[in-house]
Amino acid sequence: MTRPGGAPRVVDVVVVGGGHSGLAMSQALSQRSVDHVVLERGEVANAWRTERRDSLRLLTPNWMCRLPGQPYDGGDPYGFMTAADVAAFIARYAIRVRAPVVAHSTVLRVAPTAGRYLVGTDGADWRCRAVVLASGACSRPVVPRLAEDVPASVAQWTVRDYRRPADLGPGRVLVVGASATGLQLAQEIRRSGRPVLLAAGEHVRMPRLYRGRDVQWWLLASGVLDQRIESMDDPVRARRLPSAQLVGSDERATLDLGTVQRDGVEVCGRLAAVRGTQALFSGSLRNVCALADLKMNRMLETFDAWARARGLEGEVGAVQRFVPTTVAASPRLSAELGRDVRTIVWATGYRPDFGWLDAPVFDGRGELRHDRGVVAPGLYVLGLPFLRRRKSSFIHGVEADVQELAAHLFEHLDRAAGAMRSRVAAAAGGR
Amino acid sequence: MTNPTPTYRADNGVDVEALLGARAALTDAPEGARFKWRATSQWVNGTHSRATVDGFFGLGSEQRHRRSFEFDSDHPEIFAATDNGATPVEYVLVGLAGCLSAGIASVAQNRNIQLHSVRATLEAGMDLQGVLGIDEHVRNGFDGITVHYEIDADATPEQIAALVAQSQKRSAVFDIVANPTDISVTASKA
Repeated sequence: MTRPGGAPRVVDVVVVGGGHSGLAMSQALSQRSVDHVVLERGEVANAWRTERRDSLRLLTPNWMCRLPGQPYDGGDPYGFMTAADVAAFIARYAIRVRAPVVAHSTVLRVAPTAGRYLVGTDGADWRCRAVVLASGACSRPVVPRLAEDVPASVAQWTVRDYRRPADLGPGRVLVVGASATGLQLAQEIRRSGRPVLLAAGEHVRMPRLYRGRDVQWWLLASGVLDQRIESMDDPVRARRLPSAQLVGSDERATLDLGTVQRDGVEVCGRLAAVRGTQALFSGSLRNVCALADLKMNRMLETFDAWARARGLEGEVGAVQRFVPTTVAASPRLSAELGRDVRTIVWATGYRPDFGWLDAPVFDGRGELRHDRGVVAPGLYVLGLPFLRRRKSSFIHGVEADVQELAAHLFEHLDRAAGAMRSRVAAAAGGR
Repeated sequence: MTNPTPTYRADNGVDVEALLGARAALTDAPEGARFKWRATSQWVNGTHSRATVDGFFGLGSEQRHRRSFEFDSDHPEIFAATDNGATPVEYVLVGLAGCLSAGIASVAQNRNIQLHSVRATLEAGMDLQGVLGIDEHVRNGFDGITVHYEIDADATPEQIAALVAQSQKRSAVFDIVANPTDISVTASKA
């Protein structure tokens, strides 16, 4: 390995990140014999090894977990992988596709330079014609700015730090966020004996099983997961949609605001402000629940229509409708921070982190600008929510995106090689 | 889905193309989206005040309503007042109803749903032991607001429920009432 600042090593493509996306791209590059490296800050599937809570299970059943050339071949197709299972699945893939992974190499800077890219790491530097950003959508937990106003006596956890209820102190816990993670945490913390308050804004409600099949089967089979971003009325909103309220469990249990309330979790509106020692919650809880119920029912109607059109009525169970979400007669509008709420867990989402990308490719909000994964000539991104299709951030969703983006990348390399040949020819005086 | 025939166009008197155009324009020029709403108020006598609304700031410059609007507020006679207008708390309900109904019309237009009638009934509970300082634990303001919409439209009950839910999601007054707002009140000697 060269030291930082030494002469950069030359390679055609650098893939940043040795997770499922980066390795799937590596497989496509290897198939075309494109010279490349996969830079990984830890071991492959690092985040799955080191940044996940104990109870985490995938939201998709095992049979859906597949990577290009590696279907699920275990004995539990209807089960849900733990983080360790996912890490093992990805590690097996890295070996299968003989990915040229450079482990323990943290990327510090990626910058365009004279038609190429310079990739600086804490080890060797690289010069390449193309870079694939595959560092994941979940690099940085998002915490709202009002967290700064929370009194110091309250312990604050993000979804990246949190591992298990036993790590939390005693007393009431406020879980902020009603996505899959927020509800799962509220449930397990409540079951650990602590009183839990769950602040719920807009959310996506989904049953685990519908008409006897996993809801992910319905989403996949009916084509919802294959919907393309360019067919969405509001692509920005489609990409920001929080993860559906689901949990992977042996019981294939449904998780929604009703089930956590039955476990004793108190549900209140979105955390709207912190004033002194008071957390103030929005009075909009009923409406966000009504919106989620309406959207869920519309989704179930599209499933039913699809099943009818496909003549599947005999193969799947009877049409179901679920009881509307009920909330307390007067949901609470405030909570005392410190004496009452002693811990806050921020389940307010993740963002990718491209802080090391030194190029004019960010919008006014600091988010990466890209056209379905094409960031700039020779610069690509993978694995972000709804990058190209609704399934883009799922493990099984990367295959289709990699196929298309790899084709784009090969064209870019061919053009670059063609331009090089012309320059050489011109310099030699030929035509 | 709400379109019975390809040529059917709902008309609720909302220029939805202009709204969508404004949304697109203000996405590209966020400074134009920063508005200032204003009112002035003159105390008349007793609990009677008269507020005037005429100008506001938006799209980067001063704007005027077509004419100025006046609003009398007062307390009712059972409070030994002169009842020259709605109480200030009733104006809050007026604002909420106006905002939600405008939202319903706009969303319905955007979804090509013809409205025939939209009637809202609002009620807010309030325990006067708060404002009168009888009980420290009772808040001054409403202890809750209920809004009921009765809507006649060319739409299913689910579509009507979705209109009402979406209008709450996009309503300024709903947000102002449901969420905390920072208020700064200053005074000077005239």
